[in-house]
Amino acid sequence: MNPIIIELLDLTKKYGDYTAVNSLNLTIRKGEVFGLLGPNGAGKSTTILMMLGLTEPTSGSVKVCNIDSTTNPIEVKRRVGYLPEDVGFYDDLTGIGNLVFTARLNRIPEKEAKQKAEELMVKVGLSDDLKKKTGKFSRGMRQRLGLADVLIKNPEVIILDEPTSGIDPKGVREFLDLIVRLSREEGITVLFSSHNLHQVQQVCDRVGLFVKGKLIAEGNVRSLSQKLFSDELFVIEAGISPIWGESGSAVTESDPVVLQRTLENVDGVKTVAVKNNCYHIGCTRDVTPEIAKVIVGSGAGLNYLHRKEYGLDDIYNRYFEGGENL
Amino acid sequence: MNDIQIQQHAPNPKKEHTRKRNNSVIHPFRIIVEKEVADLVGSWRFKILIGIIILTCAGSLYTALTNIGSAVKANDPEGAFFFLKLFTISDGTLPPFIVFISFLGPLLGISLGFDAINSEQNKGTLSRIMSQPIHRDYLLNAKFAAALIVISVMFFSLGFLVMGIGLLAIGIPPSPEEFLRIISFILLGIFYVAFWLNLSILFSVRFSQAATSALAGISVWLFFSVFYTMIVNLVDKATMPSQMAPAASVIGHQKFVLNLLRVSPSQLFSEATTTLLVPSVRSLGPLTIQQVHGTIPSPLPLGQSILLVWPQLTGLIAATVLCFALSYVFFMKKEIRSR
Repeated sequence: MNPIIIELLDLTKKYGDYTAVNSLNLTIRKGEVFGLLGPNGAGKSTTILMMLGLTEPTSGSVKVCNIDSTTNPIEVKRRVGYLPEDVGFYDDLTGIGNLVFTARLNRIPEKEAKQKAEELMVKVGLSDDLKKKTGKFSRGMRQRLGLADVLIKNPEVIILDEPTSGIDPKGVREFLDLIVRLSREEGITVLFSSHNLHQVQQVCDRVGLFVKGKLIAEGNVRSLSQKLFSDELFVIEAGISPIWGESGSAVTESDPVVLQRTLENVDGVKTVAVKNNCYHIGCTRDVTPEIAKVIVGSGAGLNYLHRKEYGLDDIYNRYFEGGENL
Repeated sequence: MNDIQIQQHAPNPKKEHTRKRNNSVIHPFRIIVEKEVADLVGSWRFKILIGIIILTCAGSLYTALTNIGSAVKANDPEGAFFFLKLFTISDGTLPPFIVFISFLGPLLGISLGFDAINSEQNKGTLSRIMSQPIHRDYLLNAKFAAALIVISVMFFSLGFLVMGIGLLAIGIPPSPEEFLRIISFILLGIFYVAFWLNLSILFSVRFSQAATSALAGISVWLFFSVFYTMIVNLVDKATMPSQMAPAASVIGHQKFVLNLLRVSPSQLFSEATTTLLVPSVRSLGPLTIQQVHGTIPSPLPLGQSILLVWPQLTGLIAATVLCFALSYVFFMKKEIRSR
């Protein structure tokens, strides 16, 4: 197992009476792409700020690369690249100029910094804009430049705070691909904070769900859904046309009810709900063939049969519905 | 075999050492200062300000040069300090050089500092810089240092320009003492602008909008240069002792009013500059007949003049340090969020 690179122990941050982060425990191992998922104001950014030593925790400890971020932030910041939400650059410098400035703040000699900046500009796909001032950059370009800015110091960990907000879908895909590729190629640990489920699902090995300052679940998407929907891991949706029997006789009141009963009796099925000729069947294991058999056997017309696996969306919804009562 | 290898390797560490020195990495603080200086000098507001200051200086220098002939009188105790008059005389159409500096200095300081921190915050660069491996105070210190460097270079070149032009025009070189007086005047001007610079940096840390902090700085400046004297005049009239009052209480009252005036940094500056540039000034407070009796109307030596303005100088530096300390504390406690 890879060594632990980020370790949060009982981390708490309070602003007056308001608790932004509430006794958070989290470990992230080297080379992982970890997604911190939560709605706005859940405390994701505050957690990240504490990891970088940019704000002090009320209690608890943060260790990044085995260094305490609160007492020794400089060493942590030497190893961690941070891309803030909606990153800004010095508008009157070129992209290269901005990168070189960052590199020199990291004590990289100017010559080396220039060469590296150019390489990175190509890597993040800004090779056409080497001489352009960043004031004229679009949002997506700035975000890419931000990634280059993070990479120029050869970080062991990169922390991205909502890096994709405000970029168009195509740009988002390219950006995410870039992150994953970099993480795989160079073994960089990535912490990715977002409120967008699909992006997190797309790139992250592991996900932590964050609501109101608490990490309420963590694991990969599959284990999360297992944890949450332990009784109904699969949902099968069946669309039925309201024609019963071969003769096409009128629908009787009893038929759908009968079908529902029959379905409930199938081994592995837990619940059956009917709505507008659409059956939602929750089951503990994959019993799609049996269900198909039962429906066809009942004489109803089967329009479609759709096996639904719980995605992050459902996990998210379920949590945040409950989140209000936490 | 081993010996040869050792011999071959022996000179290497030395070489590497020199290479390292040549290729040495510049300290991050210096890099930020360099960038800030470049930003300041390249900015439009600096060009505008330097334009205004050069124009007014040229104007006051012109009036001083045209009037310098009539300014020298026989038996003038300051006759030996002919050159200093370049900075202080005028015919009333345009104020002299020192008045311009005391008026425009604050504007210069405020405009160089009012957006030091909040513009970084609004541009979203603050959190990016703060996530680099540098101490947090580097940024604030570098902003101050850069602006101070720019101001110093500007004041010294301006002062030397005026001296040079004066030298060409009147043909009398300044005496060493005059030169030292002018240098101390320039240093004093730098301290004065540094105070306003720090005040505006303080506002830039406290207020998140650059416009708010600029307005706050300008209103403090206006308050001290226009309204404060009015308020002190009111207090003066209200607390004036009757004409029958003994001399001691009249003097006490005058001292009280003067001390009230001295709360204003511009008052401190103007007292200090007049003492430095007009060597015949021998006291900044009221003098009784007994004290003046028997004095020879001669100028003070430089050391005595500086001694006279030492409290003013200390006050100015103290106010500067106070502003800097406050902005330092606020900045270190600030939570750095992205924009």
